[in-house]
Amino acid sequence: MYAFDYAKPASLDEAARLLADDPEAKALAGGQTYIPTLKQRLAQPTRLVDLAGIPDLATIKEEGDGLAVGAMTTHKAVAASPVVQRAFPELAYLASLIGDPAVRAMGTIGGSVANNDPAADYPVVVLTLDATVRTTKGEHRGSDFFPGMFETALEPDELIREFHIPVPEAAAWEKFRNPASRYALVSVLLVRTKDGEIRCGVGGAGPTCFRATAIEDALRSSFAPEALDGVTIDAGDLNEDIHATAAYRAHLIPVLAKRCVRRMLRR
Amino acid sequence: MTDKGIGARTLRKEDRRFITGKGRYVDDIRMQGQAYAVFVRSPHAHARIGAIGKDAVLGMPGVLGVFTGADVQADGLGSNVCGWNVVSKDGSGMNMAPYPLLCTDKARYVGDRVAMVVAETLDQARDAADALEVDYEPLPAVVDVAKAQDGPVIHDGIAGNLIYDWELGDKAATEAAFQKAAHVTRIELVNNRLAPNALEPRAALGHFDPGTEQHTLYVTSQNPHVHRLVMSAFIGIAPEHKLRVVAPDVGGGFGSKIFIYGEECLVLWASRKLDGVPVKWTADRTEAFLSDAHGRDHVSKAELAIDADGDFLALRVNTKANLGAYMSTFSSCVPTYLYATLLAGQYKTPAIYADVQAYYTNTSPVDAYRGAGRPEASFLIETIVGQAARELGRDPAELRRQNFIPKDAFPYQTPVALTYDTGDYAATLDRALDLSDYKGFEARKRESASRGKLRGIGLSCYIEACGIAPSAVVGSLGAGVGLWESGKVRFSHTGKVQVLTGTHSHGQGHETSFSQLIASKLGVPFEDVEVIHGDTEKTPVGMGTYGSRSLAVGGEAIARSCDKIVAKGRKIAAHLLEAAEADIEFKDGQFTVKGTDRAKSIGEVAFAAYVPHNYPEGVEPGLEEGAFFDPPNFTYPAGTYVCELEVDPDTGTTEILRFVAVDDFGNVVNPMIVEGQVHGGLMQGIGQALLEGAVYDQSGQLVSATYMDYAMPRAWDVPFFEVETGQGTPAQANSLGVKGCGEAGAIGAPAAVINALTDAIGVRVEMPATPEKVWHAIQATRHAQAAE
Repeated sequence: MYAFDYAKPASLDEAARLLADDPEAKALAGGQTYIPTLKQRLAQPTRLVDLAGIPDLATIKEEGDGLAVGAMTTHKAVAASPVVQRAFPELAYLASLIGDPAVRAMGTIGGSVANNDPAADYPVVVLTLDATVRTTKGEHRGSDFFPGMFETALEPDELIREFHIPVPEAAAWEKFRNPASRYALVSVLLVRTKDGEIRCGVGGAGPTCFRATAIEDALRSSFAPEALDGVTIDAGDLNEDIHATAAYRAHLIPVLAKRCVRRMLRR
Repeated sequence: MTDKGIGARTLRKEDRRFITGKGRYVDDIRMQGQAYAVFVRSPHAHARIGAIGKDAVLGMPGVLGVFTGADVQADGLGSNVCGWNVVSKDGSGMNMAPYPLLCTDKARYVGDRVAMVVAETLDQARDAADALEVDYEPLPAVVDVAKAQDGPVIHDGIAGNLIYDWELGDKAATEAAFQKAAHVTRIELVNNRLAPNALEPRAALGHFDPGTEQHTLYVTSQNPHVHRLVMSAFIGIAPEHKLRVVAPDVGGGFGSKIFIYGEECLVLWASRKLDGVPVKWTADRTEAFLSDAHGRDHVSKAELAIDADGDFLALRVNTKANLGAYMSTFSSCVPTYLYATLLAGQYKTPAIYADVQAYYTNTSPVDAYRGAGRPEASFLIETIVGQAARELGRDPAELRRQNFIPKDAFPYQTPVALTYDTGDYAATLDRALDLSDYKGFEARKRESASRGKLRGIGLSCYIEACGIAPSAVVGSLGAGVGLWESGKVRFSHTGKVQVLTGTHSHGQGHETSFSQLIASKLGVPFEDVEVIHGDTEKTPVGMGTYGSRSLAVGGEAIARSCDKIVAKGRKIAAHLLEAAEADIEFKDGQFTVKGTDRAKSIGEVAFAAYVPHNYPEGVEPGLEEGAFFDPPNFTYPAGTYVCELEVDPDTGTTEILRFVAVDDFGNVVNPMIVEGQVHGGLMQGIGQALLEGAVYDQSGQLVSATYMDYAMPRAWDVPFFEVETGQGTPAQANSLGVKGCGEAGAIGAPAAVINALTDAIGVRVEMPATPEKVWHAIQATRHAQAAE
């Protein structure tokens, strides 16, 4: 770890100002990605702006047709929240499968979405449900928040306040884990929105999360596992590493989507 | 007292300090004014080293020294060595290239040590190491053992990168047996390269005392005396009497901390160069992946000749072994004397011939890793026997049983040098089949099929040679050292006992097991025993812990020390009791005059020995006895493992449903510790089969250098193990009848898993059998079936 200055502002606006004043400063949420990065000397910020001292950023409440979740809400808090468990149980389930207990106790939804690791889980939620990302500079739509690998629509000095996540009519989450990291090798979030729209979000497989429109089209005509027989996903744009070829990742997407369908039909 | 003696499930006395964070590891030791070393490691797999910009870095804040291979050479330090000379078929010795502490002309693998920077703080040392400019001229690299022969020459003058071309067994008899075969099963397989992954990474703290000129090294070592020997006799860090090596609490070794590495030699040398500033180095995890000696990495072809009745006639094996960029401490014996000598397995195959070619490659050195050669042998035999059963349409359990060495055939001379002392292979097989409900498998398979799952069951009847070893035997085979062990038992005035051992515990629970041994042998309370190990200034010279030898060799040295204590105590007791020595009996800590109730406890005898006011003439005061034990033979733990698993054909995911392990470890001192050792070994064996792989890309970069990419087995990857160790045939090589249990799980498990997987999907997949590989194999099989 290289030496850096440390600030723990009491408000989001102050944090944003510190970041605006110094382009080499970096915001710190739960630190589950960034602290290991620092330890390996892979980043050298002038200053860490720790968001942990800002009040009211870790709240969960029902708001309209969805959930308002503060940016600093930990995965553990989402998983354990009675509000989430009642309104959107699959989101609580998703949060309960992130990392390990230590990661879930520290890691935050805001940090996960702002980092946009291709294998992260929350970006799939934000994209698939077209959640609203409320920031210090305004709002973004989840459907165009993730332009590429480790990229988001955020400005460098823009901080997430909270997410408004529309609660779907029904949802199922399937994660196929990388055998080493236990991140998603491929993940699929299948939802039926309150408007009856079928959406299928995919994580882990590509440079960033994306919607599998071929699966959505097939399920729109018949919401049954068999509807996905013969549906193929183009492997061309998918990730490839020592754990899985692009072709294998492409194969897994409809397999996981079928499991989602079965689970949604069983409920 | 005997409730904590031999055979009791006594809780481990060392666990209180480990569980409460009170262990004292090398990195916990902080000396006044200590400095920190950071190693500059080659980013290239193979490169010529040009100028190193030392001067620019020497002026950086806090920097105390920058050392290169030229400095090491100028100081006259020697090369690291491999201590076992393996002789080739043509009679020539092995091609051992220099293994410098720091690179001189070339770097030969990613992670090779190019320079050492020492600074007052760790951050300063890292800054300086980052700033050090090294001119590299990259050279072509070779990483695969199968391509090593045609790869670039890694060490000058060693053509084809060949270290040795060795053979064992009767080639002519084997060829003749193949002529008579009714069936020949052929197999080609890879034994995947593994990284050892001890929980505690390697660390060293070197201190030179300019006053006494004593050198002290605290190091993560499984064998501090071997460290002292090699560092003084071969590398020349300090004369042996001026060198103290301390291995305090050590958090796991699995073999990787047997070896003498450059880092620990260099921090001690640097302390002397810096006039006594203590110098510490602790590896980070990626450094451990890059620089710890790896394990396995074989490519083999094997053929099994079988007659019309299903009797094995002969086995022929060729193995190419990757030893990495340099020959590590015991690397040469792993794919030879610890491997091919075990190729008989549990079978009476009359003729066996094996030849092994070992090669240099541009990868981390490869040496012993939990099992060391024996897992490779066991995997090969049990895989080919499994395949033979499939080809012949025979039940794999019955084909094995038919070929077992029968229990009345011991001692049994195998065709590959070893003499097995005892065993009852049918007994462990029967018990394992029983426990696993082998007969009920077909019904369970149908139930799985009804859910769309592929179920498989696999056997592995492993054997290993442990308790290494008879010095004369290993010496005749090329070992540079003897492999006896030392022990010493020391009473105090108050009847408390110190046990000194040349072995070293780094997770095995010696403090508990050896205390149980003393409790049973001498009748002293378990709590009154303190076990001391890991310090060359405290313990007698010993050879350390590896090869499941600590109890079978080190424990026997302690047992013999106890016998000497009793013999001396009998003289003292006879005097105190005014009886003839021949009339004194010793039992449960009491010296008793035969046929009377007149007795002296061993504590009273110890007191008399230290306060010899009323004492037998001609007997020395004190009660302290030691023994060195050189075993007459190896021990031969063996057993049967049964793995049952289910494969999801949609994804290729394997789920292990049951794992039954029935081991014959001879007599058992602490069943709880033994079961724990088996559990750990099984995890590593299952890890090898399904998850783990140290992967280099073709340029020689280690792709699996963090836990993001190196798949370690976790609790959720396995079911609760069903382990049974109670069916032993006592070992003949020691009075305790113990065989050793530390490596069995890692030796026996891979074949059980892979045989079960093959049974499930109909085709064998190379390890690690990842979901993707399994899925592709299923697809290929289905396409082939569709085409028929």
